[in-house]
Amino acid sequence: MTALLPRRGLAQILALIVILAVDRVVSPQFFDLRLQDGRLFGSLIDVLNRGTPVALLSLGMVLVIATRGIDLSVGAIMAISGAIAASLADSHSLAVVLAAALGAGLICGLWNGFLVAVLGMQPIVATLILMVAGRGIAQLITEGRIVTFSSPDLVWLGNGAILGVPVPVAIALGMLILTGAVVRGSALGLLIEATGGNARASELAGVGTRAMILAVYVWCGVCAALAGVIAAADIMGADANNAGLWLELDAILAVVIGGTSLFGGRFSLILAVLGALIIQTMNTGILLSGYPPEFNLLVKAVVVIAVLLLQSPKLSGVAGVVARLRRAKA
Amino acid sequence: MKGLPPVLITAIVLVAGFALCAVQFPNIASTRVVGNLLTDNAFLGIVATGMTFVIISGGIDLSVGSVIGFTTVFVALAIERWGVPPLVAFVAILALSGAFGAAMGAMIHVFDLPPFIVTLAGMFLARGASFLLSTESVPITAPVYSTVSDFALRLPGGGRLTAVAIIMLTIVIGGALLLRLTRFGANVYALGGSRQAASLMGVAVGRMTVKIYMLSSLLAGIAGIVFSFYTSAGYSLSAVGVELDSIAAVVIGGTLLTGGQGSVVGTFLGVLIQGMIQTYINFDGTLSSWWTKIATGVLLFAFIALQQGLVALARRPVAKRAGAVS
Repeated sequence: MTALLPRRGLAQILALIVILAVDRVVSPQFFDLRLQDGRLFGSLIDVLNRGTPVALLSLGMVLVIATRGIDLSVGAIMAISGAIAASLADSHSLAVVLAAALGAGLICGLWNGFLVAVLGMQPIVATLILMVAGRGIAQLITEGRIVTFSSPDLVWLGNGAILGVPVPVAIALGMLILTGAVVRGSALGLLIEATGGNARASELAGVGTRAMILAVYVWCGVCAALAGVIAAADIMGADANNAGLWLELDAILAVVIGGTSLFGGRFSLILAVLGALIIQTMNTGILLSGYPPEFNLLVKAVVVIAVLLLQSPKLSGVAGVVARLRRAKA
Repeated sequence: MKGLPPVLITAIVLVAGFALCAVQFPNIASTRVVGNLLTDNAFLGIVATGMTFVIISGGIDLSVGSVIGFTTVFVALAIERWGVPPLVAFVAILALSGAFGAAMGAMIHVFDLPPFIVTLAGMFLARGASFLLSTESVPITAPVYSTVSDFALRLPGGGRLTAVAIIMLTIVIGGALLLRLTRFGANVYALGGSRQAASLMGVAVGRMTVKIYMLSSLLAGIAGIVFSFYTSAGYSLSAVGVELDSIAAVVIGGTLLTGGQGSVVGTFLGVLIQGMIQTYINFDGTLSSWWTKIATGVLLFAFIALQQGLVALARRPVAKRAGAVS
């Protein structure tokens, strides 16, 4: 567990608690939970459920950012996989649907990884290509329509429950544990951090940086595809224009709130997911408070600026001095 | 002269593409269509000019689309609801957007933060602020607006060079001159080449960063005013995603996203190429609008891959020499 939850997570946990407390003040029923038809309901569950797509995206994004990269195309990949899932759902079994949708994510990730790792393109530009073209491809699949489906299997994926927990939340939790086990249970995480810290030095030290970079973009694509399938299953349809729109920005934001630097290096999976939950808790709180949802963007902007200032190399120097002084006193 | 080959390639693509379109639809090769193309892409041309400066300096500005949206809402409300004379409203919004850009530039420099995330915050802030002002589309009925939208220079062949197109062309030419002929322009290139080297050469890096982002936001403000002329309304959701279109135009125009190389002329050609694809799709009628996105993506890939090849070729001998010395 210590590998998953480093000591530096304190600020994020405190932030989440503060926001939860504010939500409790705004909406007295915020912490109420009730069990109905074998599924838990309540604002907290709602936060988890709505936060799932961004949490899944941030899971892939944090690895990409740890290698000093960025993936702008995750929203478009969500649209593509959602479109594929929706168009196959009524004629094929769930296994085929999932394989096709996740396979598409894998191919998109391979494409991004190929551009960055093999052709050496700047990650922003390389993924911008798929961000622009991807939504077009998704519209090509749905032929510009909003494709709806009624396959009970796929609907269950978005709205069902396992032991009272909504299926999307269970999937996100499973992905977090799987990713954590793979990158922290082996040296993989360390190698990814080395690649982001200094790609050239790592290469010389024998790290297969190209393979690392390719792998993180592929994983990011798969996570995005899964998020796309869940988003489509949730609304029982695929809207190529709006599925996952601007979620890449939320995912990047979640990773940054989670304390992973955009300059690569050290990363924390669990804090990135926590960042996604912080964003969603804010969104839900604003909705419950009765303020117009337009406030969302303003609040988000203020939070980004605050987090940026806290993480600024210059200010963290100041914070370090303060911490040292305190330790000296104690 | 270094920036020339990519621009030439962009120009060749534009001419060849236009020729192909003209062969299929002879009507495309008329001043009427070209005039409309300039009018429809006027705001994009203006923002992309600002974006060129930012990208050459090694940065990026994601906030421009939101600034356009905010500007249209602000101008519409100021004129229609608050009874401010249009000219005063224009000056106010330009001052506001200039200050907004300066603040982003200052944050990037003072706190040493990545431009991507700072301008992302700016994007949220400007879009959120425009939602706060009004979530509905506000029509503008001021007489200036009908005068400006009616004004046009007649071109031979029935085309019209509208006022917004003239504003755009003026800004593109002004921007090209500013980048090529002034010390400011030279400093922009120096900053993109290497911040550290530029600083050691005596370029005031901080002040330049502030000025560059101020220029970009200022041009986004002008683009917003032009957009409000174009639509005669202010709407908080207008120009969503324009930052991507303008970045695409800059890249297709041969500007290096790593900074240090590029030109405003290339960007203008990039805007025209995007407009041309749109025009072709409109003429064809059977193609759907999503093909624009796919075609733009393919072009982006082609140009970036080409640049990557050129850069790799240019760097190879240098790398060898450096290796021999050490």
